[in-house]
Amino acid sequence: MSAPSVLFDIPGPKAARRNTFIGIVGAVVILGLVGLVAYGLREQLTPQMWAPFLSVDTWRYYVYPGVFMTLQAAIISVILASGLGLILGMGRLSHRKVISWASAIFVEFFRSVPVLMMMLFAFFVFLFTFRLPGNLLPLAGVVVGLTLYNSCVMAELIRSGVHSLPKGQREAGFAIGLSPGQTLRSILLPQAITAMLPSLVSQLVVILKDTALGYLITYPDLVRSMGNLSAVKGNLVTSFLVAAVIFILINYSLTRFAHWLERKTAGRRAGPEAVALPELAVDPDPDEEMYADNDIYADPASYTRGKRPLH
Amino acid sequence: MLDLIREYDVIGAFWITIQLTLYAAVGSLLIGTIVAILRVSPVKIFSWAGATYVNIVRNTPLTLIVFFMFFCLYQLLSWHFSPLSARSSTHAFQWGVVGLSIYHASFVSEALRSGINTVPVGQAEAARAIGLGFGQSMREVILPQALRGAIAPLGNTMIALTKNTTVVSTIGVAEASYAMKNAIEFSPNVLYLIFAVMALGFVILTLPMGIAFTHFSRKLAVQR
Repeated sequence: MSAPSVLFDIPGPKAARRNTFIGIVGAVVILGLVGLVAYGLREQLTPQMWAPFLSVDTWRYYVYPGVFMTLQAAIISVILASGLGLILGMGRLSHRKVISWASAIFVEFFRSVPVLMMMLFAFFVFLFTFRLPGNLLPLAGVVVGLTLYNSCVMAELIRSGVHSLPKGQREAGFAIGLSPGQTLRSILLPQAITAMLPSLVSQLVVILKDTALGYLITYPDLVRSMGNLSAVKGNLVTSFLVAAVIFILINYSLTRFAHWLERKTAGRRAGPEAVALPELAVDPDPDEEMYADNDIYADPASYTRGKRPLH
Repeated sequence: MLDLIREYDVIGAFWITIQLTLYAAVGSLLIGTIVAILRVSPVKIFSWAGATYVNIVRNTPLTLIVFFMFFCLYQLLSWHFSPLSARSSTHAFQWGVVGLSIYHASFVSEALRSGINTVPVGQAEAARAIGLGFGQSMREVILPQALRGAIAPLGNTMIALTKNTTVVSTIGVAEASYAMKNAIEFSPNVLYLIFAVMALGFVILTLPMGIAFTHFSRKLAVQR
């Protein structure tokens, strides 16, 4: 609490002492609550419930395939969604009304439909219309559902990225004789995409979490394979806890990576520091300030960044 | 189409979705506010606890949280809110609401915190400079601005919550996506129509919410 905060003054000696006292009481209360939950779960947390995780076979046949399937679906989806998102984003920015309206309707529609519904729908379309072989069905359903939804999020990111660029960038493009399309492709998009890279990585966290929805269409992701493990070993609680820890480790490192990327790319373009999802962006995930509370004090350059000099 | 809506009780399914959304909205606002207070507290252990809650919960899939609630806490340990004689779907509904509340509380807390972050430090300094005490500066200066700044992210959270209620179909709550799966399995020949109807239902639910939240966040925005 060295940086000045909006809510609280920097504590003096008396307040600091009081805070320490409250802190100790609070720690006891929090530990008590955690202990209460652990006590409630005590029969499920005994050593023999953890024992399966000491055997190599558990990792080889349940954990590793689960992680692999989850990552597989997430990576395929993020690649397809980036491609489709780029097309949709460019479509929305098009000066041809028909194209921009069509893209807008597509984006707004698929953004307001739950991912799970799209997965179910895609699954049944592949089942009844395309008659895909059974082993491909779940993956196809998961990937299509995730791609449809996330391409819309990415299209919005691209759009807001381009809109947040200074007007001069577009005007400069026109001034040197580029067409609107050329200006978009060679001047605006490269800057917008750099600005949205951190958000794109954060979106990967959302995609990874959403692969777990594939459970309903029998995709053998991490949650399902841990469910299978517990059906054999009878250790449901510990299996789910291990799955949660794996998800948290992967997603937390991705979030940190996104944050690092944001710092790394900041200041390399004319636009604002980073593009967050615009209003009505549906998954409220990336909070850019999460680990950056004190940045403005640490980095004097950030006072002026984003404001262009007047010459 | 009307036959379809009647046959698979689409209205009833969406009513469950709306109920899930409302209960979970109240729950997540309650828990989220507590977590946000912890997070911004000047006491280290509290802000650490709040941050840990947010980091753990929002990096875990909602499916896993809902499964944990239903399969571990209810089925395995038979923790329950209603008498155990109640129908399984009642328990699933209640635990589903708990899971949704816990998950979205992390986003609510982040929304409130980002609202507080929109208030410039100068506002607090000015409040102290004119002699307002802690309670007065909170009531008169800081919280009114912070809550206005939190409207847009809170709106996003509530829209996400509405759509995420579909996840509790995995534990057998007969909400919209459950009805959709059911309908498709029984009449696959009208697959596209069923999806269109159900998707439209969600557009009808979320679009006005989005418009309302955008309207209020603009109307109540603090001019700086």
